[in-house]
Amino acid sequence: MTHDFSQEITGDRESENSQNQEGNNWQQYFTFNTDHKVIGIQYMVMTFMFFLIGGLLAMLIRAELLTPESNLVDRPLYNGLFTMHGTIMIFLWIIPFNAGLSNYLVPLMIGARDMAFPLLNAISFWILPPAGLLLLSSFFVPNGTAQSGWWSYPPISLQIPGGGLINGEFIWIVSLVLIGISSIMGAVNFMTTIFWMRAPGMTFFRMPVFVWSVLSAQLLQLINLPALTGALILLLFDLSFGTQFFKPDGNGDPIIYQHLFWFYSHPAVYIMALPAFGIFAEVLPAFSRNPLFGYRSVALATLGIAFISIFVWAHHMFTSATPGWMRMTFMATSMLVAIPTGIKAFAWTATIWRSKLHLETPMLFAMGGAAMFIFGGVTGVMLAATPFDIHVNNTYFVVGHFHYIVFNTITMAIFAAIYYWFPKITGRMYAEGWGKLHFWLTFIPANITFFSMHPLGLQGMLRRVSSYDPQYQGWNIIASLASFLLGASTLPFIANIVGSWLYGPRAVDNPWHATGLEWTTSSPPPRDNFEEIPIVKRPPYDYGNPKYSIIENSNNNE
Amino acid sequence: MQRRTIHIDESPIRFDLWRRRLPNWLQRFLPSGGGSHEDHHGKGMFGFTVFLLSESIIFLSFIFTYVALRLTTKNWLPPGISGPELSTIVVINTVVLLSSSFVIQPAENALKRNQLKKFRWLWLITIAMGSYFLVGLLIEWKSLDFKITTGLVGSTFYLLTGFHGLHVLAGVVLQIIMLIRSFIPGNYNKTHFGTSATTLFWHFVDVVWVFLFSLLYLWRA
Repeated sequence: MTHDFSQEITGDRESENSQNQEGNNWQQYFTFNTDHKVIGIQYMVMTFMFFLIGGLLAMLIRAELLTPESNLVDRPLYNGLFTMHGTIMIFLWIIPFNAGLSNYLVPLMIGARDMAFPLLNAISFWILPPAGLLLLSSFFVPNGTAQSGWWSYPPISLQIPGGGLINGEFIWIVSLVLIGISSIMGAVNFMTTIFWMRAPGMTFFRMPVFVWSVLSAQLLQLINLPALTGALILLLFDLSFGTQFFKPDGNGDPIIYQHLFWFYSHPAVYIMALPAFGIFAEVLPAFSRNPLFGYRSVALATLGIAFISIFVWAHHMFTSATPGWMRMTFMATSMLVAIPTGIKAFAWTATIWRSKLHLETPMLFAMGGAAMFIFGGVTGVMLAATPFDIHVNNTYFVVGHFHYIVFNTITMAIFAAIYYWFPKITGRMYAEGWGKLHFWLTFIPANITFFSMHPLGLQGMLRRVSSYDPQYQGWNIIASLASFLLGASTLPFIANIVGSWLYGPRAVDNPWHATGLEWTTSSPPPRDNFEEIPIVKRPPYDYGNPKYSIIENSNNNE
Repeated sequence: MQRRTIHIDESPIRFDLWRRRLPNWLQRFLPSGGGSHEDHHGKGMFGFTVFLLSESIIFLSFIFTYVALRLTTKNWLPPGISGPELSTIVVINTVVLLSSSFVIQPAENALKRNQLKKFRWLWLITIAMGSYFLVGLLIEWKSLDFKITTGLVGSTFYLLTGFHGLHVLAGVVLQIIMLIRSFIPGNYNKTHFGTSATTLFWHFVDVVWVFLFSLLYLWRA
């Protein structure tokens, strides 16, 4: 199909919008608001601030690694930098950003007026800013932030310089427990919303894959997150109240911490990645005008990934004195994940196969992210093989692998989502040229930065060190310079988003001619999302049949 | 040798049927969309049950830690320490807590039948039983010859009983709130979800105690 969007992307909706926008002032984003759309935007904007902070910390780390000697920051501060970088990016950027995006989209996509528990929803959000500020405040306590990496393995995390009660590690644990409480309340809310609030006719197999992804990810939050909370409570007791759960010199066992920690933190990868896969499944069909290939298989594969991921945690512990039978079992289950993920990757490819692609910015980011996921996934299978993992354990190969997943796949997907739903959220269009500039400024440096880490790791450069053997300097310079460019690429993005939000041309309700329910309401949606709750009679990706819209209002039936 | 081709349909697992039927089965078991927007009680109880699922994972992680440490530690009891005793206090405490489940359930049923007076009395008895358990726990803690810093036995014992006691306390506070709300005129419907959730929470706390009791007191060193 050759359809040119450009004519219909913008339109004069001045009159209708003024009606929707009454009460839509900027002050509401700083108040305790129970509208899921306001909460979604609050989440997304706040987490983007933390993304900038986490990115700045990464720039500092890369600047330190320009030279083999440790000469820019002292070692305790360097330890704090990579600890905070990892913690912020995982717990204050990707996971809560996905929560915010899901908050905005899930009720719209399933035809609900709001989340199941709006008050609880607002509380879950408002726990986060204090928790994040608390985490950042640890830069200013005596002896600095937590320094044991985002894993916080005992006994390293129990060795507190100075030994005061209030220290970086203590603050780190408390803020992570708070963030965890917020996530569990959010997960309860999402589960109830998806199970109870769907519009008439919105059966499980008419839900968009994004909603399936949110359901699977939030199920993982419910089942696995409490294990991390439990581990952190035990760590806090060891740290401050003289217990010995994880202290080797008091009969305690630090390996138990690793089990509890990875029981959450491996599935956390899928809590971050599944919504990204959901974004690909929304954007790729819309811009190739094809129905999503194998919709049911993709939906079930989403649940399958979530299910298998519960049983793979010990592959992070191949070098932690893990017995042989455990290594074999977890190697097998880890490799099993490749099957449902492969189903997804093939479905994306088959969706865009032989179609006329519309290469607008969201599509560029989605295709780029999906392609980079193939690379990150392949190195993931390599790492799941125990012998290889033992060889590269704790080297930059692992760092390269997971940055291919968390940056090149998930953060790319997040950018795709921001551009794709920008017209819906703000009622305005972003600037296409700036968007494309942002994409190329992100895509190329990101690949250079994170690819360089693979040869570095294979040659044996360890992670979490501030000084290294001079033989590694070449790749490190390449990685650092590219990463500065990557950091700079955020500037056109911010300029585009802020400028377009304020002054962009008005967007029509459905600029991409997408089939999801969220596109059937006005842009931005009114307070209760839909003037009338829609009745769903069509499958979610009905692009093959352009004359149908996905819904027919009850009026149209009569 | 006779050769026979096995068609995929003849394989005992029948993958083709699974592939076709699994989605339909799922569809049948899971609710279809529509019409639940106003069912506050149903939504609330679903959400609360899901929340209790994640609560049980925290308890499981603590129990896992306890069992793993206990199985791998040679000298579980430091010299001179006899460990948690199955004393009279503990037995009475357990009986009181477990039987309170059989008091709170009739209370909730009474509220559903709008027998407000019966509800208040039974509810008050439950509060008394929960409070008795908490006092008994404190007395037991005082009588023990080890502290939270006394080896792994102290660390795990006080963690498990303390975390459970915190849940009993939360349950009693919820019960008191619900009792007060039952005196506010015109508030019966609003109290319904609260009382159902409190009742479910109380059963949950009881079931957890059965496991903790067996692990802490019946598993002798």
